Amino acid sequence: MSDVREALMVGRGSTGKQVRRPLSPHLQVYRLPLTAKLSILHRITGVGLAVGVLMLVCWLVAAATSDGAYAAVSGFLRSPIGYLLLFGWTVALWYHFCNGLRHLGWDFGHGLELDQARRSNMFVLAGTAALTVLTWLIGLAAQ
Amino acid sequence: MANQNSVDVAVMRSMLSRARGLGSAKSGTAHWWAQRVTAIALVPLALWFVATIIQLSHQPRAAVLHWGAHPLNAALLLAMLVALLHHMQLGLVVVIEDYVHTARTRLMTILAVKAITALLLFASLISVVRLAVSF
Repeated sequence: MSDVREALMVGRGSTGKQVRRPLSPHLQVYRLPLTAKLSILHRITGVGLAVGVLMLVCWLVAAATSDGAYAAVSGFLRSPIGYLLLFGWTVALWYHFCNGLRHLGWDFGHGLELDQARRSNMFVLAGTAALTVLTWLIGLAAQ
Repeated sequence: MANQNSVDVAVMRSMLSRARGLGSAKSGTAHWWAQRVTAIALVPLALWFVATIIQLSHQPRAAVLHWGAHPLNAALLLAMLVALLHHMQLGLVVVIEDYVHTARTRLMTILAVKAITALLLFASLISVVRLAVSF
């Protein structure tokens, strides 16, 4: 085999015999279009937000427990790592929110054409950026 | 002689099972549907929660207690937590089903996710109730 692309042409037919044919898009050689990157990003942000839910429940339980517990949790959230996590969760939340709205639109059959999907890519990214900046501007101004 | 293009097959399966949506996935569309319903519920609830958190973020615990003591806030918080944790659990299960290929590990991971989600739900609900009756 001359290079890695050849290795990716190796598949098996229905009889189990080796055949040479192109396989489905392989992550190492296939450059994902933006729509595909944003698709997997929906999952990644979803899993990240699940970790954020752990933090949210910790915060609620601490608030219901004692002054000491609440001080510990809010102290962590006010540390540099805490701020970094909160910023990450803000971006993830607004991305998942905007892209989720797009998914609901798709479920109703809207915007499924390729050019429409490319345009809504931009709306999702711009919406995420705008909502994140807005959240932190209001949040920091309130401090 | 029968038309060559038609094949006579005795289907030993009632159409009812198809109508109920039980195809090769062995389950219907309940999971997919619940994911959408919780997503729609979370649109206003997430906006409300972020707006609330921004206001509470710079205040002491007493302000959080005061906020949680209002029945309307507690009710919205309960609604958000139920929708959020259900949505989270449904999404994580789909991710596990897609990427974990061994049946045993897959089942164990899904059960672990469901157990942890249930505990998170109970812990957060009891906390909301405690905040609600604290004043």
